[in-house]
Amino acid sequence: MQKIEAVIQPSKLDAVKDALVEIGVEGITILEARGHGRQKGHTEFYRGREYSVDLLPKVKLEMVVPDEMVEKTIQAIITTARTGKIGDGKIFVSKIDEAIRIRNDERGEIAL
Amino acid sequence: MRLPVVKVFLSSLFALTLTLTVGVFLSCSPVAMAQTTAPVATTELASSTGDSARMAALEKQVADQTAAIAAAQTAGDNAWMLVSAALVLMMSGPGLALFYGGLVRKKNILGTMMQTFAMMAVITVLWALVTYSLAFGDGGAFIGGLHNAFLHGVGLMPDKDYAATIPLQTFMVYQLMFAIITPALITGAFAERMKFSAMLVFMILWAIFIYSPMAHMVWGKHGLLNATLGGKFPCLDFAGGTVVHVTSGVSALVTAIYLGKRLGYPKVPMPPHSVVLSFIGACMLWVGWFGFNAGSALGAGTLATSAFVATHFGAAAAAISWSVAEWIRQGKPSALGAISGAVAGLVAITPAAGFVTPMSALWIGAIAGVFCYFMVVKVKAWFGYDDSLDAFGVHGAGGTLGALLTGIFANSVINPIFGAGKPTGLLEGNAHQLLNQFVGVSIAWSLSIVGTLVILFLVDKTLGLRVSEDDEKEGLDLSQHGEEGYDWAH
Repeated sequence: MQKIEAVIQPSKLDAVKDALVEIGVEGITILEARGHGRQKGHTEFYRGREYSVDLLPKVKLEMVVPDEMVEKTIQAIITTARTGKIGDGKIFVSKIDEAIRIRNDERGEIAL
Repeated sequence: MRLPVVKVFLSSLFALTLTLTVGVFLSCSPVAMAQTTAPVATTELASSTGDSARMAALEKQVADQTAAIAAAQTAGDNAWMLVSAALVLMMSGPGLALFYGGLVRKKNILGTMMQTFAMMAVITVLWALVTYSLAFGDGGAFIGGLHNAFLHGVGLMPDKDYAATIPLQTFMVYQLMFAIITPALITGAFAERMKFSAMLVFMILWAIFIYSPMAHMVWGKHGLLNATLGGKFPCLDFAGGTVVHVTSGVSALVTAIYLGKRLGYPKVPMPPHSVVLSFIGACMLWVGWFGFNAGSALGAGTLATSAFVATHFGAAAAAISWSVAEWIRQGKPSALGAISGAVAGLVAITPAAGFVTPMSALWIGAIAGVFCYFMVVKVKAWFGYDDSLDAFGVHGAGGTLGALLTGIFANSVINPIFGAGKPTGLLEGNAHQLLNQFVGVSIAWSLSIVGTLVILFLVDKTLGLRVSEDDEKEGLDLSQHGEEGYDWAH
């Protein structure tokens, strides 16, 4: 089991979500987030005053998938979320020790 | 148990219907009688009685008709003036409260809105007790007396000097709405850092010692600057360019400098937390301003139309000119810029509406938009004062500009205030008027600077003006009112 966290442009959420459902990702958690990478935000003007906004609106997706699904999931996210411009976001992958379904105490991949 | 209740209900319904029917019949019948009896009476008179009786009857008829016409005009004028009064109150809450509320940071929205709302309550009570009398009661050249304190003598009959066709109480309550919004405008300068208690005391003293004398000088009987009721320097101020905008704007500047900058200004970014709220507020200000300016005709006649049209044209031209200036300098026309421009135009047209043609109004608005943009964006940065929401840059600067431009553009065709055919403004050949406008502006500036400084000093030494550093960081909502505008947790 591995956890895949992806930070993407909010406008790409629907496309990514549909692609993930298509390849069989069962569960997904979505968070509205703010942040920046190397992109470092933009400037705004209010009555002539310049404000630099370095925390931009992003969407963060979290999902835990079986090991054999990891590469397929990553590819699905990359192909749908990519615009080629700065600010497309990042994907992080990490190992997960255990998954437990609260309803019936099922453990392991069956709980995903 | 149920049956008697139903019975009572039905019988009262029947009684109500009966009353209504009788009432309608009764209220209709005099009209019907008046229409049918008049000719009958005339024929009878002609045939059976002498000329003197006939004359008396005709005189009575004319007198009755004159009274009916006067009553109809009062009804028309009064309807417009009551609506105008309500429109001007809408400018304070929710108009100004939203406009200012959106421009501050999240943690200060309720504190900012409360400052305006408090004026709606406190200034109203004060007006009844004393400030109406000080502003509009009989008195000298500088301030009214105390004859009308506690609204003594302010009844439902018109005061011929102020407004001959509406009840004096309508005039009183209409003027009250101006007295409310004027101090509320100042709150934009000291936003996000003044104690609520100190703000209340400051505003009460300000209403007594600055607003009341200024309103009296310009609009009160025998006021020094009154253009129609025996002023020494007849200053044209249709709806409050000097009385409302110069006084509040200049006092705002003094207050901003006296209080000092907000913690962290200008290094810490303090962008508006919701331009959306400000946008709604500004649009309400624009609509409300029709009551402010067109209502200042104090009747529903042609002068109200002139003022209404000038107001709208001034606002539109200024929204465009501010936006164009911004577009050129910063590359993009912002929503905040467009609404700020509209407000600047409304401010500048305030003294001029009711004196100028629609074309002049376009000029005044266009000049005001660029001028106030320059004051807000460049001048504030040069001097470095923290006029947080630009009360001076828009109201002080725009009001001064508008008052002076009124002396240039005022036209006797729109408003023959000095007599039919006599020139009013500079463009008509009355250069002297510009001088009078300058006198009015200078007095408003001087009174505001000196008066505000004295009041600030007194309140600072007794209550203290600023909230503590911790309270300022926490925000006015929590530190002054114990609540939050936005509770994300629930």
